[in-house]
Amino acid sequence: MSATFLGIPPFPEAAHTAVEDSQLRHNLRKATHTIRDKRGQVVGELGDDWSALRSEGAAIKEHTLRHLDHYLEQVEEAVQRAGGTVHWASDAAEANEIVTRLVQDTGQSDVVKVKSMATQEIELNQALERAGITAYETDLAELIVQLGDDLPSHILVPAIHLGRAQIREIFLQHMAEWGVPAPEELTDDPRALAEAARVHLRERFLSTRTAISGANFVVADSGTLVVLESEGNGRMCLTLPETLISVVGIEKIVPTFDDLEVFMQLLPRSSTGERMNPYTSMWTGVTPGDGPQEFHLVLLDNGRTDVLGDTVGRQALRCIRCSACLNTCPVYERAGGHAYGSVYPGPIGAILTPQLQGMSSEVDKALPYASSLCGACYEVCPVAIDIPEVLVHLREQVAEGPGHTGEKAMMAGAEAALSSSARLDAAQRAASLARGAVPQHLPGLAGNWTDTRSVPEIPEESFRRWWKKRGEGRS
Amino acid sequence: MRIALFITCVNDTLFPGTGRAVVDLLERLGHEVVFPEGQTCCGQMHYNTGYRRPAAKMAVRFVQTFGDADAVVVPSASCAAMVREHYPRLGQNGSRLSRKVADLAPRVYDLTEFLVDVLDVTDVGAYYPHRVAYHPTCHGLRMLGLGDRPYRLLRAVRGLELVEVAQATECCGFGGTFSVKNGDVSSAMGADKARHAVDTGAEVLCMVDNSCLMHVGGILERQRSGMRVAHIAEILAHTETSAPAVPPTASPATEGARR
Repeated sequence: MSATFLGIPPFPEAAHTAVEDSQLRHNLRKATHTIRDKRGQVVGELGDDWSALRSEGAAIKEHTLRHLDHYLEQVEEAVQRAGGTVHWASDAAEANEIVTRLVQDTGQSDVVKVKSMATQEIELNQALERAGITAYETDLAELIVQLGDDLPSHILVPAIHLGRAQIREIFLQHMAEWGVPAPEELTDDPRALAEAARVHLRERFLSTRTAISGANFVVADSGTLVVLESEGNGRMCLTLPETLISVVGIEKIVPTFDDLEVFMQLLPRSSTGERMNPYTSMWTGVTPGDGPQEFHLVLLDNGRTDVLGDTVGRQALRCIRCSACLNTCPVYERAGGHAYGSVYPGPIGAILTPQLQGMSSEVDKALPYASSLCGACYEVCPVAIDIPEVLVHLREQVAEGPGHTGEKAMMAGAEAALSSSARLDAAQRAASLARGAVPQHLPGLAGNWTDTRSVPEIPEESFRRWWKKRGEGRS
Repeated sequence: MRIALFITCVNDTLFPGTGRAVVDLLERLGHEVVFPEGQTCCGQMHYNTGYRRPAAKMAVRFVQTFGDADAVVVPSASCAAMVREHYPRLGQNGSRLSRKVADLAPRVYDLTEFLVDVLDVTDVGAYYPHRVAYHPTCHGLRMLGLGDRPYRLLRAVRGLELVEVAQATECCGFGGTFSVKNGDVSSAMGADKARHAVDTGAEVLCMVDNSCLMHVGGILERQRSGMRVAHIAEILAHTETSAPAVPPTASPATEGARR
């Protein structure tokens, strides 16, 4: 259970392997198109109301981010007033320390988990494992990933890269290691797979006294946390245990309960393609005799404050983790989530991961280029994050940094050739003279073109030459 | 009307046939075409790859070269979108560049927009007796919002049978430097686009951007698919009295360049 994104090469290299994996390509094509089409239907049926909702969602998020200091204090006060305890974590290490200590204080060595991106981001399971605590994932797809010692490849559907036959294999081979085994006669029928998971998890829910979750939203004025899920496993984790620890990024706040109205429409339609979310759990602190009697909220920064300082990049913090951008992205569909080297894959990951991590590694620096800038992600984003704009903005930071000498030389060469019409004309004439001699297979970066595509034939004369001759012929 | 042609560096250098087609077409419709010779490139490649300063210099050149034009026509939706959508981000607020961009950008049009919106024409008198598949390229589709304009122009061409490409609105995978920086994914996307195009049974794949056509056309040629590509200007310029669209010896992907 110690799978980690460390060691995954930069995007182009990771994608090189992924695009040749026919099973992966098939699984992703099928799954992304299914969700994409469902989303298209339920968003389309709202007509102009959708764009109004979208603007409203973006505005609420933008307002909250601009006044985050205020709302964070409001959250702290409201949660504590309702009987919860608030902890502040500046980075992943601090958050992991806090959660580990809180679990140790309960005297438990097992915890159940509600699907949560924040705890994936800080690699909480691995930190708990080092402290001798076993974290059991209860979301079906997270369970599949955990049993398979695999990595999540999608925000909503972490096991999207796997087909049902592969899932059956994982259940048969690994369920017994973690608890109730899969039935020997297990088939790859989705109902049978779900039933095996249900039986496996049910015992876990009933025997575990501490739960860890994230949250989709935190309401500032009431201190209410909100989790949206489809399976009911989250509801089990949020109600049965004695202690609940929620790790939540500081950007998840909305000011008032009324604001949820907007997001309860935006999120399910964008995410699962449903009109209404199946299981929405809300809790405010502790209620005597009902649900967990001890509640801790760990507010996580982990790079978010730095992102807030970037006027272009900060729109990424509006994200409500719906995955619509992943499901619509033609690059994600072909490269898969693992190629992005982070728990946040796809277009949103390509702008979020490098910003949260500070563009420090080659993996981070490659991510802003993992897009053809087609704009489909921006089109479907329910909070109108202009992902292409942020991608280009981050590319500027990469291009201004060290390295990429070959590319910089090429760009400088192109800039020189394009700096005057005389120079461009000279370059075009030189190219025309060499027109018969251009090979169809080129070395280096150009080889990435000629591997799969022919080189267009260079014409005898450029347009500007033709235009000039035409003018001379007429005068 | 006096129309300034911004040919774009890609068309100028590699696809002059597209430029000649635009000139033929606009003159046939009774307008005067001028070619400001100081023009070079809109700067999109530099801008989209993260090289903002060179892109800003090219934006300055562009507004100097075209600042006085009544209308600037661009046979590339992507380059027109660069001017209209990205140039406003290149100048500081209140700077000379941003003022000039704000003035000029609304007069810069992709060819199909110009024909339908400004000249108010959809039947341009063209004749092209072929089955044609049209792929709406991303910047035309999502940044300029070309909508049904290219389809209306193509439907009005005599002899032309227009067919739909499956997954039409999905990117072809060109993406400028994406095509070489992420060659594998770009090729995978292009292969799917090529397959959907071939599946239509059309002879010709048409777009409003030669850069995307160069990518998908390059794949179609490598696959010996037998499908050729054509910029929409070349189809709209074609008439009963034009030379045959495909000389017997022409290679599919570079048909435009060789005429």
